[in-house]
Amino acid sequence: MRPEDVAARVREVAGDAGIEALARPAHLAAGARVVAAMSGGVDSAVAAALLRGAGCDVIGVSMRLGTAAARADGHTGCCSLDDFDDARRAAARLGIPHYVVDLRDVFQSRVIDAFTATYLAGRTPNPCTLCNRDVKFDALWDVAATMQAVAIGTGHYARIAGDAASGFALHAARDPAKDQSYFLFTLGQRELARTLFPAGALAKPVVRAIATALDLPVAQKPESQDICFVVGRSYAEVVEEQSAGTAARAGRIVDRDGGVLGTHAGIHRFTVGQRRGVGGGAGEPRYVTSIDAASGDVTVGTRADLAVAGFVVRDVRWTGRPHRGAAQVRLRHRHAPVACEVEPGEGGAHVRFPEPTGGVTPGQAAVWYDGDRVLGGGWIEERL
Amino acid sequence: MNLDHNAGGRARPEVIDAVAAWLRSDAANPSSVHAAGRRARDAVEDARDAVAALVGARPAEVVFTSGGTEANNLAIRGLAAPGTHVISTAIEHASVLRPLAAARASGCEVTLLDPARDGTITAAQVEAALRADTRLVSVGWANGEIGTVQPMAAIAGVVHARGRGTLLHSDAVQAAGTCAIDLRRGSADLLSLSGHKLGGLPGVGALIVRGDAAVAPQILGGAHERERRAGTENVPGIVSFGVAARLADREREAAQAHVRRLRERIVGILQTAAAPLVVHGAADGLSGTLSVAFPGLRADALVIALDLDGVAAATGPACAAGAAEPSHVLRAIGCDDDLARATLRLSFAADLPLDDAERAAHLVAACVLRARRTGGARVGHAA
Repeated sequence: MRPEDVAARVREVAGDAGIEALARPAHLAAGARVVAAMSGGVDSAVAAALLRGAGCDVIGVSMRLGTAAARADGHTGCCSLDDFDDARRAAARLGIPHYVVDLRDVFQSRVIDAFTATYLAGRTPNPCTLCNRDVKFDALWDVAATMQAVAIGTGHYARIAGDAASGFALHAARDPAKDQSYFLFTLGQRELARTLFPAGALAKPVVRAIATALDLPVAQKPESQDICFVVGRSYAEVVEEQSAGTAARAGRIVDRDGGVLGTHAGIHRFTVGQRRGVGGGAGEPRYVTSIDAASGDVTVGTRADLAVAGFVVRDVRWTGRPHRGAAQVRLRHRHAPVACEVEPGEGGAHVRFPEPTGGVTPGQAAVWYDGDRVLGGGWIEERL
Repeated sequence: MNLDHNAGGRARPEVIDAVAAWLRSDAANPSSVHAAGRRARDAVEDARDAVAALVGARPAEVVFTSGGTEANNLAIRGLAAPGTHVISTAIEHASVLRPLAAARASGCEVTLLDPARDGTITAAQVEAALRADTRLVSVGWANGEIGTVQPMAAIAGVVHARGRGTLLHSDAVQAAGTCAIDLRRGSADLLSLSGHKLGGLPGVGALIVRGDAAVAPQILGGAHERERRAGTENVPGIVSFGVAARLADREREAAQAHVRRLRERIVGILQTAAAPLVVHGAADGLSGTLSVAFPGLRADALVIALDLDGVAAATGPACAAGAAEPSHVLRAIGCDDDLARATLRLSFAADLPLDDAERAAHLVAACVLRARRTGGARVGHAA
């Protein structure tokens, strides 16, 4: 399809939102080469279409990240041959070249190994953020730059505003139900300048409608819901497979006073805040309040025990200038942001709540917002 | 600019003309008795003569197949019976290794020899692995990934010293038309060939079966190819194969002189403009196969970038997903994962003009420099 035909269809289907989604940022010239990361799903296919409609020289690239895992309903996670075929067919339909790059080594070392190690350290990992940081916006960038691309476009639901002079800002998607900005807090000015999220201006149903209007073969493809390398299995199974069973840290389930309530088969089966698997019976519900990787103790308590005054964050990254003071913090994906005070320190930050708050899970990302703008974030280390 | 010739070159104009003429003629099924059938039979037999002549075989020893893969399958599956012993190497093409794995699973004993760092398998290695019950030795004449040419005369010497019980097969898909192959010297008992690697059409190949070697047919049906391979002959393919074989035979020496010049120029430009680099394979390997690693880089990204610049190149063999698989050949010669991932395969033939080769080499160098710049930029960036 010619770019102008793509653009016309998008405007027909999506109206003003389509015009916004088709807008090429001022710092990209017409005909600028952009790598469209194509997973074989509908969002990234439509993102590629929008970039084509915007007049970019779009090159479709699918990343081979892992071995396809079968899903219970017969579909597979990403990186199956079908996914690559879907991406290839969508690219062919759009009239853009398509390639597959093998980044399994980076994905294994940066994402899967980190996922395993984090669980074995008694923490709860956030692999999607790591994948964005180290694979999509770093390793893939190297590939894109070798191809003389000036930007990477993906199907993420988030928005980038601003320009080189005033600075770039990362915003939540227009469709709050699909917003993925939480997973993108590691993008700094350099990354934001070379990244495009054209689908972030659209609601998911509109994205599907565009895919249908453009006759993209992925228009009706179901959503991927789970972590791509976990699909169809439990997290614990993945950790056990990856660590070959050698590192499972069995131990005791204890209450906050040290009383032993039982035993468990491995700390990697627990997440702070989790209710399942820690007993409780007839009394007040019990939750995991902390995990001690050294002793193997999983401590449980009441819901009130989960509330903390604040927490320490490490490896802080800012999308723009560092922020001090009032902000809203999101503690996991789809978590409604809560008010907090941010106090940046050396390499990290302290976050304090106006009143004790739950949902603080070591290993997860804490992402600060000012309204719908992402300020930055870091990794939850421990409660204050 | 085609620097991926080992994956397949363009059909020669003479080939296209011959195939077009055949398709326009009234020629029919070569098994038919009538005049049109006889003309088809003549075309097939004429091609058989040409293919036989290319490698010093007798026409009756040529079994046409659907390609090199089928030829290798026929040789291995047709001889590696349960209870026998087979010797091969770790750097064979998948169309040898996979049938060997299947043979092993059904009770054939398989010894795979590891090559030296330059890809060479010595006759002494083969000799040491030979056993009284060794039925088949299969050693590729020249490696399609790194270009190493094996000492086939010496290997044939040690195999045939064992008497007639042990047969020597060689996958000569990459070597035919480039290396001088003369089976009258006894350099192999079975030889696999591919049509399109010589400038013919894809979809045709041959297994040369010398003398009375009893190869069990793998495709059963009619009495075609002297009951060694059933199925109506792919006459257009076979015609193309014949023309390509004749041209390759006639032009081999002049073509090789040109290809050697191409290699010198390309290596010279890369060494000047894109060092450090590592060239895999032996010094006396195929001139038209240049396996070159740029340590620290991802060759698959280079291949994509080069494609966008108009240069066709390759890494290892393609997997079903279209991504490059880490090459078992590079692993076998001792490359670690990083070096294997950094390896580009540039392969070319006499149809590449010298100035195109120079331009392509400069584009490769520019790509390498660009990749090094961005690769450098990410140090300290991730985590």
